[in-house]
Amino acid sequence: MALLEIKGLHAAVDGREILKGIDLTVNAGETHAIMGLNGSGKSTLANVLAGRDAYEVTGGSVIYDGKDLLELEPEERACEGLFLAFQYPVEIPGVNNTYFLKAALNAKRKYHGQPELTAVEFLGLVKEKLKILHIDQSLLNRPVNEGFSGGEKKRNEIFQMAVLNPKLAILDETDSGLDIDAIRAVADGVNALRSPERATIVVTHYQRLLNYIVPDFVHVLLHGEIVASGGKELALKLEKEGYAWLEQDLAGAAR
Amino acid sequence: MSTATDTIEEFTGQEYKYGFVTDIETEMIPRGLDESIVRLISSKKNEPEWLLEWRLRAYRHWLTMDEPEWHNVHYPKIDYQDSYYYAAPKPKKVLNSLDEVDPELLETFNKLGISLGEQQRLTGVAVDAVFDSVSVTTTFKEKLYELGIIFCSFSEAVHNHPELVRQYLGSVVPYSDNYFATLNSAVFSDGSFCYIPKGVKCPMELSTYFRINAENTGQFERTLLIADEGSTVSYLEGCTAPRRDENQLHAAVVELVALDGAYIKYSTVQNWYPGDKEGKGGIYNFVTKRGKCMANARISWTQVETGSAITWKYPSCLLIGDNSVGEFYSVAVTNNMQQADTGTKMIHIGKNTRSTIVSKGISAGKGQNTYRGLVRMNAGADGARNYSQCDSLLIGDRCGAHTFPYIDVRNPSAQVEHEASTSKIGEDQIFYCKQRGISTEDAVNLIVNGFCKEVFRELPMEFMVEAQKLLSVSLEGSVG
Ligand SMILES: Nc1ncnc2c1ncn2[C@@H]1O[C@H](COP(=O)(O)OP(=O)(O)O)[C@@H](O)[C@H]1O
Ligand SMILES: [Mg+2]
Repeated sequence: MALLEIKGLHAAVDGREILKGIDLTVNAGETHAIMGLNGSGKSTLANVLAGRDAYEVTGGSVIYDGKDLLELEPEERACEGLFLAFQYPVEIPGVNNTYFLKAALNAKRKYHGQPELTAVEFLGLVKEKLKILHIDQSLLNRPVNEGFSGGEKKRNEIFQMAVLNPKLAILDETDSGLDIDAIRAVADGVNALRSPERATIVVTHYQRLLNYIVPDFVHVLLHGEIVASGGKELALKLEKEGYAWLEQDLAGAAR
Repeated sequence: MSTATDTIEEFTGQEYKYGFVTDIETEMIPRGLDESIVRLISSKKNEPEWLLEWRLRAYRHWLTMDEPEWHNVHYPKIDYQDSYYYAAPKPKKVLNSLDEVDPELLETFNKLGISLGEQQRLTGVAVDAVFDSVSVTTTFKEKLYELGIIFCSFSEAVHNHPELVRQYLGSVVPYSDNYFATLNSAVFSDGSFCYIPKGVKCPMELSTYFRINAENTGQFERTLLIADEGSTVSYLEGCTAPRRDENQLHAAVVELVALDGAYIKYSTVQNWYPGDKEGKGGIYNFVTKRGKCMANARISWTQVETGSAITWKYPSCLLIGDNSVGEFYSVAVTNNMQQADTGTKMIHIGKNTRSTIVSKGISAGKGQNTYRGLVRMNAGADGARNYSQCDSLLIGDRCGAHTFPYIDVRNPSAQVEHEASTSKIGEDQIFYCKQRGISTEDAVNLIVNGFCKEVFRELPMEFMVEAQKLLSVSLEGSVG
């Protein structure tokens, strides 16, 4: 059974339909890339999967890990192992990054009936992840994302992902605005998480990231629909030829 | 986004946990206020003539005053003749040990989570519990007495240390100070008294627990704290009241005297009954708190104000001596129909005086939160400095935050720095937390605690935990 099965998904924002019938199946162990021009609906898809209020599902179904995902509250989805690395991570002034992460991890553990981690156990886990991701320890004692550079925010998302150890990770343009070292760090984080039980959806509009996170499948999202799917070579073609040919195909199909 | 707003309003406030009434026989004097009532209060307490005279002067002055209206709080006119000005649990004989205390009373204190017994020794907190008007019992007194520290009820101090009371009573807040302080001076019932001798560091946190029980009684307690030269003391004040449909007036006065080189840290967690969601009932809290600092002295006010229907208080510092330091750290929460008009006054008189103001106002529901502060640099305050920071946090979009910082600089070498911010708990912040598995309620607590951090870390440890809990209870129901 697929880890994620999206069928005919329609969603609207402010009454305007953005997603117009998405079908996508992601099996455990796979890495999918979703590419597409700005405004095509990639973040909308990510937010709908995460359960954000402002995004109204107007049709279709999503089965995640055997459950009706759309019936779950956002925090339940998170506790069930769905993780979204935000395109624009939010600042939470005054809230210590470590404290926040500990609250998140313990919420998840509580949901699964596990005891909370002690401070010592938690710090052990955190230090290990920092090392893998080459993240500076000073990040821990700063308030969540407050005053972080763009790159630090993205690294922090990956750091949280590594600690929370999700079943399905959705990365929304985690690579944009990053230099090559940061992109490598992000890729290391994602690749470290790869396993037969997990899956990753990487949203990006640059091929570059996919040199480091090699996808099993690439999908192109345009005007709220998946207009093409293929292997990693599709990303290379997009890099070379842009999206115009897809637009033309679409226009042709509509005629 | 209407969905986010709806959910923000959805949550309902949690019931006031301390709203029980203790069934105890209470001795009251007739309703209303006139000179004979003032005399009666004084005679009930066997007060010396000079104190009666002082009360009467205050009362007569009060008659010439008008209730202030400059504040940003609104309430129906208070009928001062419709209240009782004295209520004491019976029997009101002097109590020497816990065994003599009415078990109902002890039960009440237990419900409040304060025990006057053995636990106090373990926690190392000395408590002077004020139950309505008579101070019931004072723990630890003897141990403190060995160090020369006096910590007792105000009434006891009047009898046992009249020279100290007489010297300092009204020396910081004169009886003519303001409408509510003057009323208090006329009818104050009891309160706490504390004296720390020269050079003594008080080895434990001193704590007073106030609670209003009887119906329609105003509580007019008076606290006088004197830290003699080079001494140090940390004082905690906590307040609760049972829930009642009527509004109860609480007009307290706190006077702090920090002599040369002394340090007083005064922390308050105020959790009076705030009234129900429609704004019925709740305490009207009109309090005058002021300290004076002589040379090199320091007074630090920390307050967490979560209760009361109306909060009106401006803990202030008179920085008289050179190099003296005043600090004010405040968290004020208004939820539902609560109103708060609170802040501080820092009056710089001596040279090189310094003050710090950190105010955090949180408004939720239809709560209205006003910061009102005055920083004055007098002509003689060479090199004085002030730093003020006033931050407001809004939860939902039916509440309000207002800031009135008054700055009055009469010395060109003085420096005043003021920063202010207003932010709103965003749907995006809450969603971010939820996406990490944290529930809405925990998310709000997390964000609010982050917002208040600079103030909370000024609180003594045990109060910090209590303050965080109180805050989460006060805001429970403010976001969905
Ligand atoms: N919260 C929102 N409010 C209003 N419009 C939105 C919101 N989120 C997305 N949209 C609109 O939906 C469309 C798709 O946006 P988005 O999903 O962010 O695209 P992408 O991530 O592919 O760049 C855009 O037209 C955008 O303006
Ligand atoms: Mg996007």
